[in-house]
Amino acid sequence: MLKMPLERLDELFFELSKEHQIFAPMEKAGSVSFFPWKKGDTLCFDTLLTDRAPKSFFFPQSETLYRARKEEGSLSIVPEEAEEKSAVYFGVRACDRRSFELLDRVFLSTPCDSCYESKRRNGYVVALACKNPENTCFCQSFGIDPAWPGGDVSVWIADGELYWKSLTEKGDALTELVSEMFEEGDRKKVEEQKAEIRKKLDALPLKDLSLERFEHPDSSMELFESEQWESLSETCLGCGICTFVCPTCQCYDICDYNAGHEVRKFRCWDSCMYPGFTEMAHGNNRNNQMQRFRQRFMHKLVYFPENNGGIYSCVGCGRCLRKCPSSLNIARVIKALGENGTEGGNHE
Amino acid sequence: MSDRTNVLIPEIGMITDVRRDTPDVKTFRVNGLEGRKPFDHMPGQCAMLSIPGVGEAMFSITSSPTNRDYMEFSIKKCGCLTDWLHQMEKGQEIALRGPYGNYFPVDTELKGKNLLFIAGGIGIAPLRSVINYVIDNRADYGQVDIVYGARSAEDLVDLEEMRKDWSKVQGFRVHLTIDRAEEGWEGNVAFVPDYVRELKFSNDRTVLVCGPPVMIKYVLKALEEMEFASTQVYTTMELKMKCGVGKCGRCNIGAKYVCKDGPVFRYDELGVLPSEY
Repeated sequence: MLKMPLERLDELFFELSKEHQIFAPMEKAGSVSFFPWKKGDTLCFDTLLTDRAPKSFFFPQSETLYRARKEEGSLSIVPEEAEEKSAVYFGVRACDRRSFELLDRVFLSTPCDSCYESKRRNGYVVALACKNPENTCFCQSFGIDPAWPGGDVSVWIADGELYWKSLTEKGDALTELVSEMFEEGDRKKVEEQKAEIRKKLDALPLKDLSLERFEHPDSSMELFESEQWESLSETCLGCGICTFVCPTCQCYDICDYNAGHEVRKFRCWDSCMYPGFTEMAHGNNRNNQMQRFRQRFMHKLVYFPENNGGIYSCVGCGRCLRKCPSSLNIARVIKALGENGTEGGNHE
Repeated sequence: MSDRTNVLIPEIGMITDVRRDTPDVKTFRVNGLEGRKPFDHMPGQCAMLSIPGVGEAMFSITSSPTNRDYMEFSIKKCGCLTDWLHQMEKGQEIALRGPYGNYFPVDTELKGKNLLFIAGGIGIAPLRSVINYVIDNRADYGQVDIVYGARSAEDLVDLEEMRKDWSKVQGFRVHLTIDRAEEGWEGNVAFVPDYVRELKFSNDRTVLVCGPPVMIKYVLKALEEMEFASTQVYTTMELKMKCGVGKCGRCNIGAKYVCKDGPVFRYDELGVLPSEY
């Protein structure tokens, strides 16, 4: 375990920025998200979760796939070159860091998505332990430990020091760049912080969220047919915010932008909450909001685990608890279906 | 899969022939720019066709893989992209990528079996690929019956090919039917499921069904009455698709993705999926 005074963070970033672009949480227009760092920027490490999940590092909200041009009746396709810029994502929380592994299962599975793969390969994740988990957090339900955040490098901020632990080869490469700034640190402070975090986790309102009901695949159709979907989805506005803030939602659309001289084919985030998502010329296979709502949660809690060795497509970050205008969220669904009849109460 | 790093990038193909099959179905022959077939496929597999600025959609490849020279798509005019496609002519270029999805198990489960093809309307398109594959590998398969129906005689796709070629193959029988009687039609008049019952096929056959969802539903019911096992019946599904590789999330039914795990499903596999999505 290495450490350095936190006040030298700007210096550390400067050193890292000689080889990599750096992204870190910052406040802009009243909202904290990851932005490219430049010398002198104020960082927001006290904000637990960024408004926008860092999935956009590897799966941007919109990206061009190729450009098509037609000249003298002849068509040409020019693929967008894969981005090969390396970047350090500093301050990613344990839940968001786990979301990258879930996205990997989708995008890196055969056939591999090369747009995602190049960004992932060139991305270095420095994950930060959560000193103060909030009431909307339930990452521990998914086996995530916010005190031990993973990544290429795990970092802890304690008593004005930055503690640094490399976990991968990529992490070692980063450490090498800045090793002169660090000294050997005592694990004690980090161990104390870990114990403190785990104590806080034990006091969170959603700590007992049980996934037991979803662990038995035989009951998947029973869950699909549950009468509770009607009442659970009753106030869903279909706005899709849950899918856009979710670090694990990965559905996308492929669209054409006609720029006149060329057509740009791009892909962008899409949402299974929208009626047009499955609409075809001959009709729609999810005609009402209940069906769309059910699809989202069945996918996260049943279908994704079925295809991925029992791993749920949720990391318990709680963004959907904070952002849904109708107070609908996955914790509510887990409680309602898990408690076999009685709808789980308010999360607050 | 064509040899490209990004599976979402299409290649360019040229329309080398357009044939009108019915008032709203045309068959497009497509070649790669080098003149050969754009890529290899198996019967039942699909490709994404696109017209830049208009859109992209998945279509089944209707020509047989045994044809090494070109690829064909029989397409019904029923939406924005297909309206555009129907205006396209020989010599024009389109973009295409693939092949996508699984295929009818022609080299395993279907081999050595007596086959029964049941199709309705444009549902003949994915089956045409298998039928011609069976013809080109005739010794590998037993008796073949094709039951094909449409609303009217003019809606029967590939009628010419069926009359000219399919019914002449040894061991092949083609049973055509239309929904309502009409002048000049001397063939059978009945809905496809009823006609299947009437023809009293022995239930030792492997069945391949494709057509409108309502037809498939009643055909499956008829087959059940005739004591066909669900493991003997194959069908194809169609849902909205964008990526074609099981990632964009659109064609998800239960834990399956139609573009990747399908479009071909054995009926017993469908039984464990949600009845609505």
